[in-house]
Amino acid sequence: MGDADIIPIGTRGRPGRGSGSKRPSSAARGLATGRKAASKPTRVKADEPTTDTPVIEQPAVRTPGTSATTAVDRAPGGGIPIGDWLSAINQAAREVFGTDWEPRLAHFLAFLRRRVNGEYVVDEYGFDAEITEKFFMAALRPVAEKWFRIEVRGLENIPAEGGALVVSNHSGTVPIDGLMTMVTTHDKAGRFLRPLGADLVFQLPVVGGVARKGGATLACSEDAERMLRQGELVGVWPEGFKGIGKPFSERYKLQRFGRGGFVSAALRTGVPIIPLSVVGAEEIYPLVGNVPSLARLLGIPYIPITPFFPLLGPLGLVPLPSKWLLEFGEPIRTDEYDENAADDPMLVFNVTDQVRETIQQSLYKLLMERKSVFG
Amino acid sequence: MGRVVLVTGVSRDLGRRLARELADDPAVDRVIGVDIVPPRGDTSGVDFIRADIRTPVIAKVIAKEDVDTVVHMSVIATPGGVGGRGTMKELNVIGTMQLLAACQRAPGLQRLVVKSTTTVYGASNRDPAMFTEEMNPKRTPSSGYSRDAYEVEGYVRGFARRRPDVEVATLRAANILGPGVQSPITQYFKLPVLPTVLGFDPRLQFLHVDDLMAVMRHGVLSDAVGTFNVAGDGVIMLSQAARRMGRATLPLPSFAVGGLGTALRKLGHADFSPEQVKFLTFGRGVDTTRMRTELGFEPQYTTAGAFADFAATLPPGIHSPGRLASPDNVLAGLSHQLTRGDARG
Repeated sequence: MGDADIIPIGTRGRPGRGSGSKRPSSAARGLATGRKAASKPTRVKADEPTTDTPVIEQPAVRTPGTSATTAVDRAPGGGIPIGDWLSAINQAAREVFGTDWEPRLAHFLAFLRRRVNGEYVVDEYGFDAEITEKFFMAALRPVAEKWFRIEVRGLENIPAEGGALVVSNHSGTVPIDGLMTMVTTHDKAGRFLRPLGADLVFQLPVVGGVARKGGATLACSEDAERMLRQGELVGVWPEGFKGIGKPFSERYKLQRFGRGGFVSAALRTGVPIIPLSVVGAEEIYPLVGNVPSLARLLGIPYIPITPFFPLLGPLGLVPLPSKWLLEFGEPIRTDEYDENAADDPMLVFNVTDQVRETIQQSLYKLLMERKSVFG
Repeated sequence: MGRVVLVTGVSRDLGRRLARELADDPAVDRVIGVDIVPPRGDTSGVDFIRADIRTPVIAKVIAKEDVDTVVHMSVIATPGGVGGRGTMKELNVIGTMQLLAACQRAPGLQRLVVKSTTTVYGASNRDPAMFTEEMNPKRTPSSGYSRDAYEVEGYVRGFARRRPDVEVATLRAANILGPGVQSPITQYFKLPVLPTVLGFDPRLQFLHVDDLMAVMRHGVLSDAVGTFNVAGDGVIMLSQAARRMGRATLPLPSFAVGGLGTALRKLGHADFSPEQVKFLTFGRGVDTTRMRTELGFEPQYTTAGAFADFAATLPPGIHSPGRLASPDNVLAGLSHQLTRGDARG
């Protein structure tokens, strides 16, 4: 049913569809004259034989000379013909978007058509690369670049291809650090970071759906190993809710790194672990209080109280513009261990501690280098 | 080698079609169809025996006809023609128990093929993206079709332990789609407006009905043993499916979807069991590696292909290209204008 019945814009001076009258609408006449006004008389001539539907009773439309007056009389917008409006818009578009605005707009329209017709592909995790790249990333990029002014180091530690596990500290009350890491890896390293999220994420309406479309999947060993085997760059925040929900007084003190499940996944698949230290996210929503009883009642890990939330209401939701530093550390190789290594709990604990120590040390180093929180 | 195949559940469309196709197969000598009510439609080449698999009569049929392969197709998803949910459970669970009891007493039996469903994995927010055959549901299903399938599979495993000489293959099929298929999911897609769960977009996986027939035939004739997920390649999102069909969606909170489902069931339009609402909330995906490597089966249709073939049989939705309310028309018109402008300029 691809190209069935395309209704073009404008009716070339014929009466509009469904208007019921034999007279063309003023807008339609405006379009007809507009084309002539844009100095394309040959085109109009070429159109003439095709517009032979006998309903046109207006000689004004047929002969270029007289048409202008009628159109001017009836056109909306204080007597300016629509053709002039169009060319003005054309001019403005050229001014704003540059001379290649037409192909770009055509590109955008093709994108919109693909979206409304569902002609796009998602992978088995529900990851929609197109919408992520064109919409989510585009929306988050200004936040990353202008609001948090993210500075990245150690990009060379991200492999250009193949599976790798990025392990990061977690902070900031709301997991914005995950989103910012995704944008940064995409823009600077040219790879999609596939985050692993807690089951709570997939239970929440909207959040769960958007998370899957953005490339996330559940943090469980099955999914982690599957993604790593498929050669994806997987991101994990092993501190979980303990990390983002810790009080401001404990900032930059790493919590327990889960049960080391991420290390087992990396050992089983033999991919490198890339430690990532994020400085700046702790200060966006300084958590000074919590309402544990209400949180338990609602079934969520904590209810954040910051100096501005809920005091200032929605305004308190605006994150403070701290300056962020992201440092990707040297990869920790796991392919040198033998295949039973993942079943050796002591080894898993040791590697987990090694990763945690690495991140903690580089956090301290970055904090020393940082001039001020908002610098 | 001539084989005698017994197919249960032939009064239903899928069972009848399978029996019919097996009858045409040169490797199969004789096909016996069993059900409580006679099948409607073409059953040439199939010997129909009217028997209730919930009674010991079935044992006599298996013994008397020298059956060497049993294909269990009567684990059903919709109460539909058989009556209420009580009858459906009775038929699924007690029927399977009796059938397996009869199989255990049949010395000549060599192979048992059971059509199960990926519904046994349930659907929840704690599910892995892709279920493999060894994984269990995160929550044991408590009611409905998935519970039945879960119990049926349990009995089949018990049978396989007690009769190690019989080859047992359990095929877990994804949601079946195809022209003329009656199931909760096809009824759902036939609604003019699709109720969805607000804020969720489940991943769906489909199996074309032709592929189901092919894989069941393959299951009868091959000697693969074990449990296999069977589904078309890839997944599509529910929102994507709705857009491809040009259907409008109506997002509702999950409790309202359940309530609407109950109302629709009373009107006889569609059935939203709680498990169906769960499925429409969280979706499900299954891994089909073992289907390729061990069973040696390759489906013809992908998930998207199966869906397209099914959607083509439905009347176009209000947003379908070509219809007045289609945003595609506007966009197509705009880009047409634009490219014409290019040609001129």
